[in-house]
Amino acid sequence: MVFQEVIFWSLSVSGIIAALGVVLLRDIFRAVLLLVVVFLTLAGQFFFLAAEFVGVVQILIYAGAISILIIFAIMLTQNVQQGNLPNRLHIPAVLMPSLLLSALIFVIFNTNWNLIDGLHNGLGVDIVNNVFDDTTFRLSKLLLQDYALAFFAAGLLLLASIIGALSLVRENKNGS
Amino acid sequence: MDLERFLVLSAIIFSIGLYGALSRRNIITVLMSLELMFTAVILAAVAMSRFVVTKQVAIDPGSMTEPTLNTLLTGQIFALFIIVVAAAEIALGLGIVIAFYRSRESVDISHANLMNR
Repeated sequence: MVFQEVIFWSLSVSGIIAALGVVLLRDIFRAVLLLVVVFLTLAGQFFFLAAEFVGVVQILIYAGAISILIIFAIMLTQNVQQGNLPNRLHIPAVLMPSLLLSALIFVIFNTNWNLIDGLHNGLGVDIVNNVFDDTTFRLSKLLLQDYALAFFAAGLLLLASIIGALSLVRENKNGS
Repeated sequence: MDLERFLVLSAIIFSIGLYGALSRRNIITVLMSLELMFTAVILAAVAMSRFVVTKQVAIDPGSMTEPTLNTLLTGQIFALFIIVVAAAEIALGLGIVIAFYRSRESVDISHANLMNR
């Protein structure tokens, strides 16, 4: 258990520091590399939460594909040296997230959650905890049976976004 | 391992992302901050799915039989679909950034103030 605690806290602290670096660093290229660090630490948290499949998908799509896309966009826009300047809304931009954060923390600690550990006289705890032994198997059933329509719609959405991005980026041959 | 620490971590990363989205001038940094907010929400969904059950289950856990046990993983399904939508969003968003850079020679978000050219 101590080992798990150490891993959890080091992942959390490095994730938060890297997230701060993403928004505060002047150099955009380094910010993207720190974004990859944030994604990897959060994928590590998913393994704690019995969500191995989501963690692996997070590493593949976020840390792999999306960061590469962002790096390509930075290279194509050739604006790295100008950097990452703040705009004029600095005071409300600090105020609003801190207000939101305090409200969220208040709600998190004052809600009466229906926790699995506190289930009624411990009857169903074993049954429920068995679900989290092999989540990938159960996820496959959910994804291809109960949520099959949403699964196909997600494929269609990805196709549409690829075509849209291609037509946006394509050079216009006629000039203008 | 309890629920609150994951939710607090998710709230902190969401707030950092919101700060970045509000305060930065570079469009690519704003998109990166959006991605931070997406991942924070995914973490909250997965943590909820691991630790929290519905009121009905909390009252009568014996009512969970084999097919309905899968509904405990709804948070993870939501996380997967959020990842898909985020991937589509970032592909389109970066396409728009590149098209914008072609017409304005800039990635400053304050230059994006006209609908026409």
